[in-house]
Amino acid sequence: MKFLEHKAKEIFARYGIPVPRGVLASRPEDIVDPPLPCMVKAQVLVGGRGKAGGIRPAETLDEARQVASEILGMDIQGYRVKQVYLEERLPIAKELYLGLTIDRSAREPLLMATAMGGVEVEQVPRDQLFMEHVPAMIGIQPYVLRSLRAGLGLSKEISDQVGSIARQAYELFRKEDAELVEINPLVVMPDGRVIAADAKLVIDDNAEYRHPEYANLDQDRTPLEQEAHDKGIVFIQLDGDIGVIANGAGLTMATLDALNLKGGKGGTFLDLGGTDDPEKVKQAFEILIKAHPAVILVNIFGGITKADTVALGVQQALEEMHTSIPVVARIKGVNEAKAKEILQSIGMYAAETIEEAAELAVKVKAGEA
Amino acid sequence: MAILLTKKARVVVQGITGHQGQFNTREMREFGTRVVAGVTPGKGGTKIDGVPVFDRVREAVLRRKANAAISFVPAAYAKDAAIEAIEAGLKLLVIVTERIPFHDSLDIMPYARSQGVTIIGPNCPGLATPGQAKMGIMPNYIFKEGDAGVISRSGTLTYEIVNAMTQAGFGQSTCIGIGGDPINGTNMVEALAMFQRDRKTKRIVVVGEIGGTTEEEAADFIRRKVTKPVVAYVAGRTAPPGKRMGHAGAIIQAGKGTAESKVKAFAEAGVPVAQYPVEVATLLAAA
Repeated sequence: MKFLEHKAKEIFARYGIPVPRGVLASRPEDIVDPPLPCMVKAQVLVGGRGKAGGIRPAETLDEARQVASEILGMDIQGYRVKQVYLEERLPIAKELYLGLTIDRSAREPLLMATAMGGVEVEQVPRDQLFMEHVPAMIGIQPYVLRSLRAGLGLSKEISDQVGSIARQAYELFRKEDAELVEINPLVVMPDGRVIAADAKLVIDDNAEYRHPEYANLDQDRTPLEQEAHDKGIVFIQLDGDIGVIANGAGLTMATLDALNLKGGKGGTFLDLGGTDDPEKVKQAFEILIKAHPAVILVNIFGGITKADTVALGVQQALEEMHTSIPVVARIKGVNEAKAKEILQSIGMYAAETIEEAAELAVKVKAGEA
Repeated sequence: MAILLTKKARVVVQGITGHQGQFNTREMREFGTRVVAGVTPGKGGTKIDGVPVFDRVREAVLRRKANAAISFVPAAYAKDAAIEAIEAGLKLLVIVTERIPFHDSLDIMPYARSQGVTIIGPNCPGLATPGQAKMGIMPNYIFKEGDAGVISRSGTLTYEIVNAMTQAGFGQSTCIGIGGDPINGTNMVEALAMFQRDRKTKRIVVVGEIGGTTEEEAADFIRRKVTKPVVAYVAGRTAPPGKRMGHAGAIIQAGKGTAESKVKAFAEAGVPVAQYPVEVATLLAAA
């Protein structure tokens, strides 16, 4: 789950992290009393909004409304701006960066900080980046904050504030099941106060059940991806025209890769998972057909379920759908010869290997098979 | 020999009374696994296909001498089940369960390590040592006893590759599905180290995918420490950045975790990388 800046800041504030004052608006006329002078910030889930012109200053109420009207409805990397956040403009003495993420290799949370805030953390040279693992069972110990202070070369006054923000961010990270908590920049103002000028928060989808209050927040999904998500189907829309459906994430990726090697391009990533529930299979094909592929490529490795049983399921789902989209299918497993017969009997193109199936799908699309 | 799992294992199935638990208990026994007990809180005293069910893991250890556990317990209770198994003294734990919250895994994995417990998974198809035992959900028919060790982040893709290996005459010493999550109990490097030490294993197959840097770390380890021939496959060459491709761990973030980087790392370590999954068998023949 990704969070818009204003929502992330609301959660930050709940944990005591200082954030600027701001108001949210979805129409210019809703803007009544913004904290002037302000920054008008597009609320989108994708990065790069600053460069796209989605963050602009305003001095007066009229100007704020004018700028807001220009930003609202803007397209930023394919996402339409539906809301703007008008936030008090901060005087800046220094920009820092503070982040918490999961280090997969170390299997521990990782605290990152740098005195070179305001740029993407990936651009910061390694020797300027402070990194310290935090054992999840123990939490942040005082030495971590001592080395943070030394690493960033901060005065005591500033580092005390940064230290408590690090603690608060860590508490949020653990309690909210976050994958990423990022404050960039963490601004030091001329009067010495430290405040989170931006807020990035990603919460683990697997922990959604522990945070029902976030269940209905907009995510960066296409309408069809959202429909699939609501039905519990793993589906991603891609920019090709061959609709791929397979079982298992790895096999689905491998199928898309094979298509590419044969000069084709997958239009969907649809992982059927371990299901042999006919209703679920039907729902998955419904989503697939709504994506309007030129050809459908089915690739199933029948593990527990026999190949011919899978073939019957596919047959049933497609017959109920009355689709005219050509289907190339490859079903591997026990009784695969029988499965192939079933597929061919209903006019599908049957293949034996992934490579062959991919090649066939590309040919069918080109009208050569 | 083989790694981690032999026919000596006395397995307790956590969540044995559920649909998946029951079905896979039957399949594991058919494979030759000694399933000595099941655990489902509240179902103690019953039996599943003659296997006694207990309320607590400790009872399975005391009464049935269980020494390894496989867990099918739903995600919300998986941490509870894992810690219970560790505290009962079991040293090998396979967690099949998918969608376990990352922060639960952050609690489970370092704790298991501190107690000397090996965890395989979560979100994994488990472990199989052909001719001996299986703790997992992989289909039995694809395996054949042999000398190739298999390490994989995937489920069905592993079946595909193991099946092709078996058909080409390359049997397996042990097959480990390390799982598709970002945090797993046993990673690729740790599995490689075990196969390098194992006398029965003569060659190794690594099946990776996008996300994280475990393949890069594995390639580095192979270059420095592995003397046995290794071949690899990497899924997700065409995956777009920023999207989670089905597995929680399969995501390209901030330019990191691309298939390109992994393929390059393997190539630099002298590991041939297959273009199509079944090509692994051909590469093994040439390795």
